[in-house]
Amino acid sequence: MTDATNADLPYSEPAGVKKGSLMTQDARTRKRNAAEKRFKAYGVIAISIGMLMLLVLVYNIISRGTGAFQQTFVTLDVELSAERLDKVGNRDINDLRKVSTFGYAPLLREAFEAKVAEHGIETDLSSKDMAGILSPSAPALLRNYVLSTPSVIGETIKFEFLASGRVDGYLKDRVTRDSIAEDKNISPAQLDFVDQLLEVGFVEKRFNMNFITGADSSDARPEAAGMGVSMLGSLFMMLVVLALALPIGVAASIYLEEFAPKNWITDIIEVNISNLAAVPSIVFGILGLAVFINYMHLPNSAPLVGGLVLTLMTLPTIIISTRASLKAVPPSIRDAALGVGASKMQSVFHHVLPLAAPGILTGTIIGLAQALGETAPLLLIGMVGFIASNPPDSIASGLLDPNSAMPAQIYEWAKRSDPAFYERAWGGIIILLGFLITMNTIAVILRRRFERRW
Amino acid sequence: MALGVTGYVILAVLALTVVAFIAAKARAKSAAGGDVRLLHSLPNYYGYNAAMFTAVPALGVLVIWLMAQPMLIENAIFDRLPDHLIEDGFSRNLMMSDVRRVAEGLDVAVSAGAMTEERADRIRTEFSDVRSILGSVGVALGSDVRPEVLSAAQQYRKSSAIGMGWMTGVVLILAALGAFVSVFVSGADFRARNVVERFVLSMLIVAASLAILTTVGIVLSMLFESLNFFRMHPWTDFFFGGQWAPNFRGNSDLSILPLLWGTLYISIVALMVAIPIGLFAAIYLSEYAGPKVRAFAKPLLEILAGIPTIVYGLFALLTVGPFLVSIFGRGEAGLLGVDWMSGATAVLTAGLVMGIMLIPFVSSLSDDIINAVPQAMRDGSLGLGSTKSETIRQVVLPAALPGIVGAVLLAASRAIGETMIVVLGAGAIAKFSLNPLEAMTTITTRIVSQLTGDTDFASPETLVAFALGLTLFVLTLGLNVLALYIVRRYREQYE
Repeated sequence: MTDATNADLPYSEPAGVKKGSLMTQDARTRKRNAAEKRFKAYGVIAISIGMLMLLVLVYNIISRGTGAFQQTFVTLDVELSAERLDKVGNRDINDLRKVSTFGYAPLLREAFEAKVAEHGIETDLSSKDMAGILSPSAPALLRNYVLSTPSVIGETIKFEFLASGRVDGYLKDRVTRDSIAEDKNISPAQLDFVDQLLEVGFVEKRFNMNFITGADSSDARPEAAGMGVSMLGSLFMMLVVLALALPIGVAASIYLEEFAPKNWITDIIEVNISNLAAVPSIVFGILGLAVFINYMHLPNSAPLVGGLVLTLMTLPTIIISTRASLKAVPPSIRDAALGVGASKMQSVFHHVLPLAAPGILTGTIIGLAQALGETAPLLLIGMVGFIASNPPDSIASGLLDPNSAMPAQIYEWAKRSDPAFYERAWGGIIILLGFLITMNTIAVILRRRFERRW
Repeated sequence: MALGVTGYVILAVLALTVVAFIAAKARAKSAAGGDVRLLHSLPNYYGYNAAMFTAVPALGVLVIWLMAQPMLIENAIFDRLPDHLIEDGFSRNLMMSDVRRVAEGLDVAVSAGAMTEERADRIRTEFSDVRSILGSVGVALGSDVRPEVLSAAQQYRKSSAIGMGWMTGVVLILAALGAFVSVFVSGADFRARNVVERFVLSMLIVAASLAILTTVGIVLSMLFESLNFFRMHPWTDFFFGGQWAPNFRGNSDLSILPLLWGTLYISIVALMVAIPIGLFAAIYLSEYAGPKVRAFAKPLLEILAGIPTIVYGLFALLTVGPFLVSIFGRGEAGLLGVDWMSGATAVLTAGLVMGIMLIPFVSSLSDDIINAVPQAMRDGSLGLGSTKSETIRQVVLPAALPGIVGAVLLAASRAIGETMIVVLGAGAIAKFSLNPLEAMTTITTRIVSQLTGDTDFASPETLVAFALGLTLFVLTLGLNVLALYIVRRYREQYE
């Protein structure tokens, strides 16, 4: 092949034919150099595309998600009139309970009317439409407050209510007067009213703690939805993963690395582990559904089941990294221990394992971070499709009661039709990535600090 | 009552374990007359040995008992249920879960004080409204309790109580026996360390075999349900039919071919994005980039692999999809003034985003492989006067080709098994089409949609998900094994 190409080249002609100077490039050299430059440019372009994509992704997440951490609040002075809330007049909690949330709605309307009168705001809106800029959860919030402290009845108290999702979107430029043309939930007049309230400072956008600590909410109330409960679900799953995957993974690695004889059984186990690491995550979800829920009758949607499934997924990661760090401990350590009379088991548990611990820890954290972001298997064991509204009150209920998890909650929001939930989903991603970045940083720091070169 | 019988039994066994540990250690020490050097093993090993013999058999029996007892009782009760109940269209599982619910309800009622123990055993649907009594303590039953179910539930409770009694006895006796024997043998000549170490070793082996157990579990769980599926649905339709149209009233067309087409099409688009970018990035990083650029660019690229797939899914659905629509869709208002794309979900949407996700897979694997090509080969080529790019194209890449093929196969297996990106970005329409701007669906998407929500494990529309899962498993496993084989063979070549 080389001969064939050489036959076409100019300098394969008889000697002395080559003209020109070494100082000037001939056409062929120029062509080759250009090809060289082009090839290098392809590489630069490829890397730039990769970086650009990362940049676009990060920019997207931040620009769309930070809005979820801010929320619009409306400040109102509500007169908790006794004749509406306590007709009997004895402040008996059982009588107070009889007034439903509907009974509290008029209070809000009156509060708006008073506000309009006080500040001379000119508006054609009915008081019902004015109250429409509040979240539908406002009367319930009022009712819960009154039921918890009945003594406030009769007083006028300053409340901060969540504005409805549309109003919140208006302040965040997501909702415009054009986009609500066919929207039944809000009218341009209401937005004008919001502008007027904004001027006198009774509508305000500020940091929203509820998004981080709160629970999910129903489709109609995107403004009240939060990540808190699903974060607890993720926490309990990670506890299960840590409690099971770490000891089992370390035990398996110790056996494979230190004790296992070289035979076909060991080979099968090793091939098995490397293949398990590449099995699609959804297959683990099917396994969880078939074995843990259908066969063992563990409760649906429980973080315990999610944790078990994620344990099986994380095991290969932990085993692979643990084996690597066991392998990195030099044989002289083992020999020295054996030489002073330790048994094989003692040399491993008293000397090799402590030296390998930082590496094992790093691998475990990275495995946990992977498990934290995994979504697909959770869909199959039912951790989506419902509203995770109550934070668990004990460890047992945290493990066994239906809950969501961070990525499942994000998926849930992404599927809802109201764009206000998309903002929540991006915001949820910021929180999720925050956890992942923290975990990976800890892993990197651990590796840098404790890694030993022998 | 908060702990339940099982909790108290476990606590008792643990207490006994601690006692055995202390007793055995003390006995060994006293057998040596206070001089620890006369013992065969360190004193703690005698303690561990005793603790092990006390706890392990007792807790093992406890676990097995707890798993076996409900099954045995259910079988016994099921045999006694009148046949007409089951023929009424009640499946066995539904029936038994009814019985379990009522039995649990009775337990709750007794512990909440709504009923006495005696009344729970004798209550009859003919005389009192069991459903409302249970409802009053917070146990909601779907329908009225049938007399047969109630009596079966009472039978269930009675048998469970007897079983629990026996279990408590057996477990405690076993623990006491273990403690007694192990403390008794703890003399100076007893080789406690060897026994303990043998036990630890067997635990290590059990942990290592869990990997195999998982694989077996995956295969068996999917195989059984798949067999159930093929009993209800002709396998010829599944493998060779041309339609995917599940219909929950029955008589559905469930063929994998349109799904497989969607899966492969999206994967091909993804690989067409990932292979050139990933490969050129790897070549640049390993051949051209200086150590500083490398230390900066490589980890940044690898961040793309660490981002959870749900993030990419959202990116596809809410960013890339609408962006593509603004180019290819919307008619006059769009960038190209055409109306080829109707919705954000499409093959191209999912494929592009999946391609981005796969870039680091291709690049870091190829990077490793290119680095493994011996330097002597490059030096030889450069010494003959070829430029760097000529060396790479004609020497390095051919030498690394098998490894790169392996890397691409691994990326392909990732693409086929990827779920979240396609669930959010690819759409739900199963069809054979070559248009990348149309929505299509994949195997993983259909698994998710058939198995979420209310599922009935007796209908082929649900069970087909297991057959799909098995196919997916076999497909990705095949690709992985092939890839690992190629990579491994290639590595040996240069070592």
